[in-house]
Amino acid sequence: MTWIFENWERFWEVTVVHLRLSVVPVLIGFVLSIPLGWVASRSATARAILFPLANILFTIPSIALIVITPVLLGVKILDEINVIVPLTIYTVALMVRSVADALSAVPGHVTAAANAMGFRPLRRFLTVDFPLALPVTIAGLRVATVSNISMVSVGALVGLGGYGQLFTEGYQTDNSAKVFAGLIGTVVVAALADGLLLLIGRVLTPWARAGR
Amino acid sequence: MGGWLFEPAHWSGPTGIPVRLLEHLGYTLLTLVIAAVIAIPLGAFVGHTGKGGFLIVGLSNVLRALPTTAVLILVVLWAGLGDFPVYVALVLLAIPPIMAGTYAGIRAVDPVTVDAARGVGMRESGVLLQVEIPNALPLIFGGFRGAALQVVATATIAAYTGAGGLGRFVFDGLALQEFGQMLAGAVLVALLAVLVDLGFAGLQRLTVSPGLRPVGTGGTK
Amino acid sequence: MKRIATAVAAVMLLSACGGDPLQGGNNNPAPTDTIVVGSANFPESTVLAEIYAQALAAKGVKVSKRLNIGNRELYFKGVQDGSIDLIPEYSGVLLKHVNKEAQEVSSDEVYTALKKSLPQGLTVLDKSSAEDKDAVVVTKQIAAQYSLKSIDDLVPYCKDLVFGGPAEFQNRPDGLPGLKAKYSCEFKQFKSLDVGGPLTVAGLKDNTVQAADLFTTDAAIKANEFVVLEDPKNVFAAQNVLPLVNEKKASQQVRDTLNAIAKKIDTKTLLDLNQKLSAPDKPEPEKVAKEWLASAGI
Repeated sequence: MTWIFENWERFWEVTVVHLRLSVVPVLIGFVLSIPLGWVASRSATARAILFPLANILFTIPSIALIVITPVLLGVKILDEINVIVPLTIYTVALMVRSVADALSAVPGHVTAAANAMGFRPLRRFLTVDFPLALPVTIAGLRVATVSNISMVSVGALVGLGGYGQLFTEGYQTDNSAKVFAGLIGTVVVAALADGLLLLIGRVLTPWARAGR
Repeated sequence: MGGWLFEPAHWSGPTGIPVRLLEHLGYTLLTLVIAAVIAIPLGAFVGHTGKGGFLIVGLSNVLRALPTTAVLILVVLWAGLGDFPVYVALVLLAIPPIMAGTYAGIRAVDPVTVDAARGVGMRESGVLLQVEIPNALPLIFGGFRGAALQVVATATIAAYTGAGGLGRFVFDGLALQEFGQMLAGAVLVALLAVLVDLGFAGLQRLTVSPGLRPVGTGGTK
Repeated sequence: MKRIATAVAAVMLLSACGGDPLQGGNNNPAPTDTIVVGSANFPESTVLAEIYAQALAAKGVKVSKRLNIGNRELYFKGVQDGSIDLIPEYSGVLLKHVNKEAQEVSSDEVYTALKKSLPQGLTVLDKSSAEDKDAVVVTKQIAAQYSLKSIDDLVPYCKDLVFGGPAEFQNRPDGLPGLKAKYSCEFKQFKSLDVGGPLTVAGLKDNTVQAADLFTTDAAIKANEFVVLEDPKNVFAAQNVLPLVNEKKASQQVRDTLNAIAKKIDTKTLLDLNQKLSAPDKPEPEKVAKEWLASAGI
């Protein structure tokens, strides 16, 4: 803990990078998973393809994806994109299932009522299906976010920033205080992000608390 | 990658593919056993008594947030090298999904069934072991299989601190900038994950009562 | 709608914290007049990089740091693609990296050959007298057991021993292939450990490996009473510390500053720096570098 206080500037710098590297993939991955999850919720074939694919993607070790990305995309090896792309892929893999399950769980009679009221498909999706799917989606988003925050550390093995830098440096110099500082940072950031998402979920779904 | 993977030399010897595969599988299975021994009773007890649910959820979330690399390094710095740090890190990773699955599974058992069991005169332990757990098995297996996937994928990191397993190919490939080796390692990990999952799916089929098998997966019908 | 708007605002605030997500911070392309200083994945490289970076910054040069990247096989690509402009290097190994067939051994010969062999756009500045070489290291016990003083003495036993080192040691011309070619020494097994770090030291101590690749200025050698075997056939050539730099960023000021540093660094400096870094209170390389610069009067 004292390491954090004694090296506050470095710690803060590392935190900002770590946040950036974990939040961006979650946002992009989430947006990408919405159409995919929607397709999966409507079609059993899509589900049969997407779900196993997502499972397999998740088992590819992150370090491998991070190293392959510059080769595949032709970017510089130290570019942050090399962490953002793999983490986005993992987020999509996680969220497709969440979004699909969430949309499938929207009660049929509600969507029927909306249709009967004359809602066009897009409007129905945005104002009825999606909001009702939010609780399950946000639950998935929380898992994806915490998982991403944990995985960013792997980037340090190829020189990319974040708390992982503290882990590798601490390891090389037998400095467990430094490693511990990074660990605390990761857990605190994860807890804050999780709490924030929980809050956002509550704010966005006032009906879930009505009638208690 | 095909080149590296099908090179016969890489399939023999103490650093060959079969040895690393077995090491990796070994880490995974032992981790899952240890984690299950810890997580299932905990999840079951809290699920059964209904008290302390928030503790389970909270503990799960905290453990899920722990970066495995950091835990691995900390244990190595504290306890030295070898397999012990690997198991500590992987078990901590495997506990949340198994515990959460068990807890959710037990909570989801129809209260009517539980009540009936009590009504028939079963003791609490009987209710738990003969009614709640068997009924919760699908969700317990769900948590277990999720944990298995994560452990197989993450056991790759163990090679960073000198342990064995398929991660060795990934890290050596990285150090040597030999993408063939690295990709081969990654693909083998994914393959192993699929196999392990299939194995547990089979086990699930064998142990879960046919009455609990889902008729069809969800989705709008 | 109001609630949704509030929530969306909250989410945007979260993403705004990092500014434009794909720009900014130390990890992305710096403005063109900034020098990006990199370092390899071991503490000595990092402290040298800190010394370079702080000295340049003190002279008003804009500096950005990318430390602890990886081994040369990895970071050299970053040097070639312009992600890194300046990195502390070791002449002999660098030479063998850009020219596998290089045979030069002495300090000056290596330096001349290096200047000629580097790809277009890259150059090295003045070399210092500081040297840090790879070496074959054994424990005191093993040295006594087999009466070892030089690698020659090890040759009859090589086939029964396990050797540990960084994974890249298996491929480098001044690694296992070099030991095989010059001494006919082929080990029973090679274990990938790390870059002269805790894994390798531990491997030697618990006899997982009987011989290992460590750096001659590593504080662990003295601390554990390891024995560095002599290398009469010069598998490991001269390894003078010098800056590898992107010519476009090597302004006169940069050259003068770094050359001044080269004059002040010698092998003893490296030993001292490593000693300080492994002190119980584990000071940050930044601090150790700062103190050295102050004491060296730069």
